[in-house]
This record gives sequence, C-alpha cells and structure tokens, in this order.
Amino acid sequence: MAVQLPANDFAEPIADGDEPLYASRRKIYPKAVSGPFRRAKTGLLLLTLGIYYILPFVRWNRGINAPDQAVLIDFPSRRFYFFFIEIWPQEVYYLTGLLILAAVVLFLMNALAGRVWCGYLCPQTVWTDLFLFVERKVEGDRTQRIALDAGPWTVNKVTRKIAKHAIWLIIAWWTGGVWVLYFADAPTLVKELATFQAPAIAWISIGILTFTTYSLAGLMREQVCIYMCPWPRIQAALTDEYALNVTYRYDRGEPRYSLKKAQVAHDAGLPAGDCIDCSQCVWACPTGVDIRNGNQLGCIQCGLCIDACDSIMAKVGKPQRLIAYDNDINAQRRAQGLPSQYKLLRTRTLLYAGIIVSVSFVMIFALATRSDLGVSLIHDRNPTFVRLKDGAVRNAYTIRIANKYLERRLFLINVEGFEPGNFQILGNTTNTMVVEVDPDRTQEFRLLMTTYAAIPPDASIPIRVVVTDVKTGQTARATGHFRGP
Amino acid sequence: MGGEKKARNNSEKALTTGHEWDGIEELNTPLPKWWIWIFYATIVWSIGYWVVYPSWPLVSTYASGAFNWRSRSAVQKELELLQKLRAPLIEALRAAPVEKILADPQLLNLARAQGRVVFRDNCAACHGIGATGIKGYPNLNDDDWLWGGKPQDIIYTITYGVRSAHPKAHSGVMPAFGRGNLLKMPEIIAVAEYVRTLSGLTPPAGTDLALGGKVFKEHCAVCHAENGKGRRDIGSPDLTDSIWLYGSDQKTIVDGIYHGRGGMMPAWIDRLDEVTIKALAAYIHSLGGGK
Repeated sequence: MAVQLPANDFAEPIADGDEPLYASRRKIYPKAVSGPFRRAKTGLLLLTLGIYYILPFVRWNRGINAPDQAVLIDFPSRRFYFFFIEIWPQEVYYLTGLLILAAVVLFLMNALAGRVWCGYLCPQTVWTDLFLFVERKVEGDRTQRIALDAGPWTVNKVTRKIAKHAIWLIIAWWTGGVWVLYFADAPTLVKELATFQAPAIAWISIGILTFTTYSLAGLMREQVCIYMCPWPRIQAALTDEYALNVTYRYDRGEPRYSLKKAQVAHDAGLPAGDCIDCSQCVWACPTGVDIRNGNQLGCIQCGLCIDACDSIMAKVGKPQRLIAYDNDINAQRRAQGLPSQYKLLRTRTLLYAGIIVSVSFVMIFALATRSDLGVSLIHDRNPTFVRLKDGAVRNAYTIRIANKYLERRLFLINVEGFEPGNFQILGNTTNTMVVEVDPDRTQEFRLLMTTYAAIPPDASIPIRVVVTDVKTGQTARATGHFRGP
Repeated sequence: MGGEKKARNNSEKALTTGHEWDGIEELNTPLPKWWIWIFYATIVWSIGYWVVYPSWPLVSTYASGAFNWRSRSAVQKELELLQKLRAPLIEALRAAPVEKILADPQLLNLARAQGRVVFRDNCAACHGIGATGIKGYPNLNDDDWLWGGKPQDIIYTITYGVRSAHPKAHSGVMPAFGRGNLLKMPEIIAVAEYVRTLSGLTPPAGTDLALGGKVFKEHCAVCHAENGKGRRDIGSPDLTDSIWLYGSDQKTIVDGIYHGRGGMMPAWIDRLDEVTIKALAAYIHSLGGGK
C-alpha cells in the first residue's frame, strides 16, 4: 500500500550485543492545544467522569423490599441493580450479552475510525488527561515543565512538585472512594467513611484504587498503552486499509522543509510540501509519537496532533487538515490525481453493525420477556422411588420457586400429566398445595407424589409441575418424571 | 514516501535481531526499566515470604516462619467465624420444637440442610447415602417404622439407639427358635410360609398352612400380635405389609426364625448434641416416610 521506496532506505541496524537490555523512559511533556478534537476530548472527559462520580448517588424507587440506589452491585444479597433491571446471579448470561455487545462495538469503532476507544473513552486516557490538566495548571505548559525538571531543586520547584502529587493523590483517592459506592448504599457509606466507621474492605478497595489511579494516570501514563495494554496489538488485526485513522497526509506534506528552506526550494523550482517541520504535532502528542511516521502502536488516535497542526496551518496560511482522519489508500489516490474516497459501508462494518443489531435485539427481547417467576423441579436421585407399606409407589422432588417480584406471593402448585396420584407438600403450614414465597427470594419445597395405580416396570412417566400465582394467575412450569420400580 | 518501515527506523531507532522471514523482521526492543525493577521487587518479596511463612524444610521439622502461621489454625479461625455466623440459625433450631420445624418451610429447609450433612457423616455407613437402607438396615424413606415414625420417636431412636449399651435403648429380640430347640425345622418352614401369606405372598403347593398358623399363634403372636401387625413398643415388625427388612423369600425367613434377629443401632447421645439430633430427625422425617 505504501509508496515503494528502495529497500536499503529503511534497512534497520542489527543488534550486535552491545546495546542496553533495558530502556529508560523518555519523559513526555505534552503541550496544550486547542481545537475541535481537544474540545471533544474535554467534553467526553467531563461526561464520563460526571457519570462515574454522580451515578452512585442517583436514586431509583423500587419499593420497601429492595434498595433505592439506581446502580448497585449488592454482593451480600447477590443482586445487581441497574435502574429498572434487577439481575440474579443465575442470570449472569445478560452480562455475557453485554460483553459481546461491547466487543463488537469496539470492533465497529475500529473498522470505522480506528482506536476511538483509546483516544477518547478509555479510563486510562480520561484519567491521564485529567492528571495532565492538573500538571499544566501547577507546573505550566511544555516549555515550563521541561525547564522546571531540568532546573535545580529550588523552593518553587519543590512546592510545585508537592502540590502536583498531592492533587493527584486526592483525585486518585476520590476515584477509589467513588468506586466503592457502587457496592453499598452510597449516602450511608459516605457517612461511614467520613466518620471512619466504614468496613475494612471499603478502605482496602479505596487504597488499591488510589494506588492504581495515581501510578497509572500520574506516573505510568503512555507506558500503560505501549507496554501493558493488549488492545493496541488486537486492534492491528481489526483495522483495515479503509478505516479512518489519524493520518499525516504525506502526499501533501512531503518533502518537508522549514518555512525558509521551503521558500528556497520553491524559488529553485523544486517541490516543497505543506509540512513545515515545526514539531508541534509531536509535542502535542500524549504518547510522544511522531504521527508523520505513519500509523503506529504508540498512537492512541486522540486527534490532538490534528488540532496542533491546524493551528500552525492557519498561521502560515495553508489549508487545514494536513493531519486528518484519513487512510493510506486516499494518500495514494491523491498522488495519482484521483479524488479521495471514503468507504464507510463495507462488508466488515455492515457485518459488525448487523451483529450489534441482532445481539441488541436478543438482549432487549430477553430483558423484556424476563419472567419474575421461575420454577425448577429436582427429582430425588437416591432413591428415585420408594415402595410403601401398602404397596404404593412414591417419588420425592424438590421444587424451587424463584420469586423475582419484590412482594411476597402465594403460589398454587399443581401436577399435570400423572393421574391418579396424590400430592403433598412437606413443611407447609396451610397443609394445602398453596405455598408462600418471600419477596425477591428463592424458596424450596419438598413435594411427594404417591400412586396406587399399577405402573409398568421401569416406568418413567413424564410429569409437569405448574406453579400459579394465586393473585395474578401468572404461571410457570417445570417438567420431570415419575419413576417406578 | 512515508512508508511505515522508514517511520519506525526514524522514531524508535529500533534494532533488529537480524532475523527476517518474508520481509518481516524481528525487532530487538529493550524492556522498559520499570519492568526490571518490578522483577527485582518480586525477588525481594519472595525473601520476605521466606521469613514470614513456613517455607524451609529442616532435617526433622521445618522453619515455622516469623509469625508462627499455620494453615490449620487459619482453618480453625474460619470455622469459628462460620459457627458465629450460624449461631442465630442454630439458636432458631434449638428454640423450636421438632413439630414446629416440620411445619415451617424455612426452619425445615435449615434443618434439612444440616440434617443431610450429619446423616451422611454418621448414618450413611449403614443406612446408605440416600437412607435407602440395605438388608438388615431399614430404609428410612418408606412409611414402615419399627420404633415409630413420629418426630419424637425418631429423636428417641437416634438418641438412645436400638439394642445399644445405653440403658434407655430400644430393646426386644427375636429369639433363635431353631437353635434354641423351641421349634423343629418342619414347623419353622410351615410358619415361615404362613407368615408369607400374611402379606399376600403365595406358598408353594403342599405347604401345611394349618401347622404354620398354629405355630404362629403359639410362639409368634406374643410379639407380632395375632394379626401379625407387630408391636411398636418392642419393635416387632409388621409381617402383613410389603416391606421386609431382611427379605421375603422362604430361606431368609427360615433363617431369621432359626437363628433369631437383633440388629443394632448405636446411641448417638454422646456423639451428637441435642440440636443436631433434632435437625437429623427433621431431615429423616421429611424424606417422606415420617408420620
């Protein structure tokens, strides 16, 4: 795809054993930029952090038998609440659907516009951006920070460094502090934290998240993306030649010269590109890559270099978007005098979109038809049947009724498909086939079925247990067998 | 012009190992420094682990670690915690009479959960995992009870046992009529066949049922009652039902009359506490046969 260059132009040096085994980090001082991509990033930062910090405090009335927190992962009672949805542990397949959906949405993003997730939405990116904002406010922009780091340890430097790390730690602490609020009633836990009454696990969780946030967003930053995260590697398999990635339009930019040299080349009648080699795109980059080297692992595709370049292009009176969301195919087409071509509807993107739509439909259908009544019938395995004194044959079962409704309910248990026989529920106060199940609970009952009828040897007669809500008439069924000698 | 390979060459100054396969070269990128420091940190951590935990074998023992940590005592601690968590449930079982437990779905589920475990640990060796019994060891799922199937009867039997050494144990033995020279073999065979007819089994042709009936009246009815229904107080089985503890064939019955019977069940009063026995009784009762 790339324009072919003679092979020896990019022959790389071969290691001879003298090079270092371990590389020190080259510290990056990203420069502040302004422009549409910076605004988009800031907007998404405020939105995602806003959701993260506010969500635990949102209330959602579910009545007296359930917590009123909109989003709550309730480990002690093994429930997950999300607004109008309540998930039981055995319904964890909803999470599977959600994960499939999340994965395919990532694939689609990737096929359309590269690492949108990395550049704008990933928590690592969002928190690093926030920490960088603090760093700029305390230590100044790129030039000041470089000068500060290079300079001697003056009172000013020490004060600024302490201030920066203190603010980072406070943000990190709040990150962990909010995290734990998703696992307990938020206002209560806030009160407990403020009065040091909170359980140890809350403090430990906050401690761990404080540490990870501080070290990953403050100290590690782009190294997380380059060394730790598998997504840059995975995405190489998911992107293609039509995906719109942040791209340096080398067809327009090369050969690059400084402004003065470009003028000289121009005067001599030689070609000169639009790139004036000012390095602003490199300085603006939060991972320190040079976008002019093409699509690369270190590039998180945040578009800040586009903003940086555009501001320079405006100053030198050249058209915008020397760096833009584009692809290599277009660069080659333009070099051949053909117009750019944007193919958003491709087999790949349509397929992803199709999968997203169908998985969403299945999820919505499953959630909409989720029954708040579940019943299962477990036949005693040892023994499968019992012969009674008078020659009757009896089978015993455990009926498990899951009442996912938030009120106590009465159910009538009935057995279909096996006549004649008599049925008995053990441990039932009413001594009838009506049982009571607590709100939002699963309860087990022991069912005995006895028959005097002659049944063929080794009989296995299919039966069906029907559980009916006495008040609403809602029913649920479970099938099983009656076994004979 | 902006080939990717050139790009890499410029920015990362990456070295290659010199290996190349179909134009794909293997880079020789050095590891980041922080990685090696984390590696050193894990080595330091492992030294700390040696000091704190028992990890060094010695000649006849082992280094016990700085804080004398034992996995056994850790388990003990967790068991104590578990017992503390369970205390209110155990208390609920203690407070409720067994009849109330059997009528309350939640208490019954609790008792069944505990009873099942205790049964498998202590009773299953003779009565089987599913309490189905085996020859000589009664099936506890059915409605045939030698010593009574009411909850209190079951508790009594578990507590004091059957023909155990405990003074309050159920007693009563089937005598050895043959070995003790009380009956002659033809009489034994006749009464055995007579007993089989009580529960509707057909005797072989030529059986002297009149003799069998006479012998039964004279020797067996004392314990098994005139009608053969048995007596709860001495644990003599009902001979008219379809359930046979040892078997319903002539040979087995003759064997029983000749040698006598007297299965034994230990008293559990010294091994299981009151609440455990109560839960166990509730479990057995709820297998389905309880009265």
